[in-house]
Amino acid sequence: MTDAVSLPAPAMRKGAAVGWLAVAVLLAVFPTIADALGQPALVPLVGRILIYGMAAATLNLVLGYGGLVSFGHAAYFGLGGYVAGVMALSARNGDLAFGLFPGTDQLLVALAVAAVMGAVLAAVIGSLSLRTSGVQFIMITLAFAQMVYFLFLSLKAYGGDDGLPMRRRLGIGALDMRDDRVLYFVALTGAVIVFLVIWRITVSRFGRVLSGLRQNEARMQAIGIAPRRYRLVAFILAGAGASMAGVLMANQLRFVSPDMLHWTKSGELMIMVILGGVGTLAGPFLGAAALVGLETVLGAFTERWQLLLGPILLAVVLYTHGGIAGLVTKLVKGRAP
Amino acid sequence: MTALLEVKGLRKRFGGLVATDNVTLDVQAGEVHALIGPNGAGKSTLINQLMGLLRQDAGEIVLAGDRIDQLPEPERVRRGLGRTFQITQLLPEFTALENVALAVQAREGHSFRFLRAAAHEERLNAPALQRLKEVGLAAKAQVKVASLSQGERKQLELAIALAGEPRLLLLDEPMAGLGPAESGEMVETLRKLKGSVGILLVEHDMDAVFALADRISVLVYGKIIASGDPAAIRDDEAVRTAYLGEGDA
Ligand SMILES: Nc1ncnc2c1ncn2[C@@H]1O[C@H](COP(=O)(O)OP(=O)(O)O)[C@@H](O)[C@H]1O
Ligand SMILES: [Mg+2]
Repeated sequence: MTDAVSLPAPAMRKGAAVGWLAVAVLLAVFPTIADALGQPALVPLVGRILIYGMAAATLNLVLGYGGLVSFGHAAYFGLGGYVAGVMALSARNGDLAFGLFPGTDQLLVALAVAAVMGAVLAAVIGSLSLRTSGVQFIMITLAFAQMVYFLFLSLKAYGGDDGLPMRRRLGIGALDMRDDRVLYFVALTGAVIVFLVIWRITVSRFGRVLSGLRQNEARMQAIGIAPRRYRLVAFILAGAGASMAGVLMANQLRFVSPDMLHWTKSGELMIMVILGGVGTLAGPFLGAAALVGLETVLGAFTERWQLLLGPILLAVVLYTHGGIAGLVTKLVKGRAP
Repeated sequence: MTALLEVKGLRKRFGGLVATDNVTLDVQAGEVHALIGPNGAGKSTLINQLMGLLRQDAGEIVLAGDRIDQLPEPERVRRGLGRTFQITQLLPEFTALENVALAVQAREGHSFRFLRAAAHEERLNAPALQRLKEVGLAAKAQVKVASLSQGERKQLELAIALAGEPRLLLLDEPMAGLGPAESGEMVETLRKLKGSVGILLVEHDMDAVFALADRISVLVYGKIIASGDPAAIRDDEAVRTAYLGEGDA
């Protein structure tokens, strides 16, 4: 038995830190590059990718790290979208949003309200669905999300199935939200914050418990961990985050509709996570880029682009072992001496 | 003086099978009470009921004077129960150290801390490394569980249980799957623990049992057929026919 055991400081590897910094810089100068290339339309496209990436990253917290296959994540995303749309509408009409609170033309206010409402919705759905597991859990989260979908579908005051356009975007102080670049940097800021917060959560005590519960629940109970409360908190954090991403999405599109709450939107978020790499930090963003990119490229050729999505998804799942993020890691490691 | 653990009239059925048949036993503080019996006798089922993983059909479980038989498992752990699994239950993606550090963390109370990196916390790592040293696994601290041998996993199970600082340890066949040398080490580790914590030791390795036990109870078809000090059990006629004479013991 050796007595002297040195513990290497488990810091983020230098190479990884440099890599992340490079990505951040590249994203920061992206609008300039896009302009130089004469492709300014790419700026809102990447903005959308970043927002989808945020929503997918919050799903990844419960799905990838927590092992909870929630099939209703669009409920929070869409709820956030409606918080933006309805609060903007109420600010204009001078009435109460959802009959509860005054409207606003401020993005940060809407984000805060959406976080709270997303958290509350996740607390309700989570506390009921987390009593189950496996297929039952998938079906119950799906069923709750569909209830939210049909609720908004029936709200004629907010456009019903036609959706709710926003005449003006929610703003931040004096920033000109009509400028695509400004919107882009708002999305980028949000994405960076979500990325950093999720990174810290996954390495924290809470993150270890969440991951441990996925790896072996019996072991966790035997060391005295009561599973449900930790899973519920993860669920609530993810719901709040997805709802905030929804605000940004509606604000960018100046439109929100029940489509944002539809189960196919939950499926898209799930595909982003799987495509990008389950349980990885960058995966959801890479998956969002891949899906939105495919939709844009393939969609230009055919209406039925989703037919091609199936085989691509299959290939990624079967051959990359860990999605695009896994592939990138392998490539980077393979080239290193 | 009350016993550390008292089990009174415990019963558990699985359909037509009586897995625990009116079991009454106790473990005194600091004592090693061995529970032996053939495969399928209901030893693991008994441990699972003591922990709260399975709910008994009838009977009482009393820990240090308090009834715990209606409490959920995490609460029983908080009150001083710890266990190892016959079939190891570990966190395969984590290192040995991380597995133990998580148990230290659980012992400290709630884990609602969201931003600080747990890997840097000396108050988790230092005690965890100490536990690994106690079971002779310190050299493998940074090795992922998936790469540990069967014997090392058994040692890790014990280190995790110790990290919870239990008053009563329930050990479910800690030597099973170990080679002779590893078995010897495990006996030594347990001998050092003896006296500081009560132990209910389920084990097939009779050398280990006779080396460690202060008392032995014999479980056959869910029933305790004999209980007493090691010498008495060795000479007990019923035990010899029901168990010790079976050859696989
Ligand atoms: N969850 C269960 N459901 C049904 N039968 C079980 C269950 N667990 C154990 N048994 C049965 O109960 C008996 C006792 O099993 P166990 O406690 O594992 O025995 P031992 O640990 O002494 O080898 C066996 O016949 C086993 O098949
Ligand atoms: Mg057993």
